[in-house]
Amino acid sequence: MKIAPLFEVPTELADPSGSKCAIVLTTRIRLARNLTGSPFPGWAKEAQRSAMLAESLAVVAELPQMKKGLSLTVDELSDLEKQILVERHLISRELSNAKRGAGVVISRDQSAAVMINEEDHLRIQVMRAGFQLKKAWNAINTIDSELEEKLNYAFSPTLGYLTACPTNLGTGMRASAMMHLPALVISSQMEKVVRAVNQLGMAVRGLFGEGSDASGSIFQISNQTTLGESEEDIIKRLSSVLNTIIEHELNARAKLLEADSSKLFDKIGRAFGILQNGRLLTSAEAMNLLSLVRLGVDLNVFPEVRRPVIDRLFIEAQPGHIQYAAHGAFESARRDQLRAQFLRTEIASFGPPDFNVTGKN
Amino acid sequence: MANSLKCDLCGKPATVHLTQIVNNKIHKVDLCEECAQAKGVTDPSGFSLADLLLKTSLNPEPQAEGIRCEQCGATQADFKKQGRFGCPACYEVFKPVIEPLLGNMHKGTIHVGKVPRRALERKSLYDRLTNLQGELDEAIKAERYEDAARFRDEIHQVKQAFGEKTLS
Ligand SMILES: [Zn+2]
Ligand SMILES: [Zn+2]
Repeated sequence: MKIAPLFEVPTELADPSGSKCAIVLTTRIRLARNLTGSPFPGWAKEAQRSAMLAESLAVVAELPQMKKGLSLTVDELSDLEKQILVERHLISRELSNAKRGAGVVISRDQSAAVMINEEDHLRIQVMRAGFQLKKAWNAINTIDSELEEKLNYAFSPTLGYLTACPTNLGTGMRASAMMHLPALVISSQMEKVVRAVNQLGMAVRGLFGEGSDASGSIFQISNQTTLGESEEDIIKRLSSVLNTIIEHELNARAKLLEADSSKLFDKIGRAFGILQNGRLLTSAEAMNLLSLVRLGVDLNVFPEVRRPVIDRLFIEAQPGHIQYAAHGAFESARRDQLRAQFLRTEIASFGPPDFNVTGKN
Repeated sequence: MANSLKCDLCGKPATVHLTQIVNNKIHKVDLCEECAQAKGVTDPSGFSLADLLLKTSLNPEPQAEGIRCEQCGATQADFKKQGRFGCPACYEVFKPVIEPLLGNMHKGTIHVGKVPRRALERKSLYDRLTNLQGELDEAIKAERYEDAARFRDEIHQVKQAFGEKTLS
């Protein structure tokens, strides 16, 4: 497998040292960039895309940040490999569906990736564990400036970086954070939060409706506009929105504990029990159970060191990763069995929950 | 949250509800799970509500092709259909089409963020060359051959300083 090296090195995601904030899982920034004199990937002919790919792949791979990294073209990857890259947020679904002439360069620790010929010629992405927008911006700003030394960016002094879609015009930047908000979901406050966040021009993504916590209570908050505001100002605004959401989540947790702590601990204990003993788990159910155990870590029911394990399991319990680990392609019923088995093994090392946590937090 | 809403794209029951406010205007999009997946709503890097709104507001009408970009061949009709431009030069060509849309799409209409060093240098170099070329033509026309030689030297120097390759 071309992507095998990804499994050999611990990822940025599993590194909790960078941040003390448990509610923000990851911070991510992406920049859309295009080169002068070439049609955008969606409009380019295959030969033009291939030439662009060959040229930029070489330049990107030479970056010091990409030393010992992976350079991949989409047509040399199997469907399963592409799915794994999507599940790790290293490529987008759009790139995984791209025709010939698209590719990606991924840094060794998977904290940086540059997609080539997605919607734009270049989509630079930097990811950091925890709440680290400034660090992510500094890192991506450096990569961007280094690339600009070698590549001729399409730029207009009035419109900024020229992008295939006018909604990315200007900075071409999307800054985002993945947040774990179980208490806001349990206490049915997410809709209110979404509306408030939208008022501030930020977008919230996650699957709502039906079972209101169908996505493991993980939501992505990001800026929606890119023109007329500097990168620093966008990041400042996003940071203050994130801080407000964190405050609300913490308040919601305190209220749940105050109102009826045994109700909340029961949820956590049951989730743990199913992970320990379940025989069939869909990825949606697994996400929700892991989410509750993660909340348990935050409430000191389980030790801190378990949090990065859960964050890793959020990804490794996805269908592509389950199949990769089991060396084969399996239909969903068999996958559910494999997933339950995998999670039983991982959870076995957790030790019993300690619900005698009054006053600990 | 109302579950009776229908997917904006295919009409099936919607389970994903997005709202966003840009410049005091509320935009709502309701999607079924499949369309949400297909549009990359669950994909952190791929989805843009504004983009989805742009496509619905551009409503392709079968009409004249409109303006055409000489660089890439994309027409105004192509832009309306796809919500995407063909190449960077399209922004200049389709200025009258895009300018009125930007205010609804963004916080402002003028870029105030990062400025790439070399791109700006290229621009000022390009302007300078265009200027010099004009002066050179004038000088030749007026038979001021000494001046013409000087302009020619200057053009040569500017081109060399940057390397012909970056001039494209
Ligand atoms: Zn639909
Ligand atoms: Zn064009």
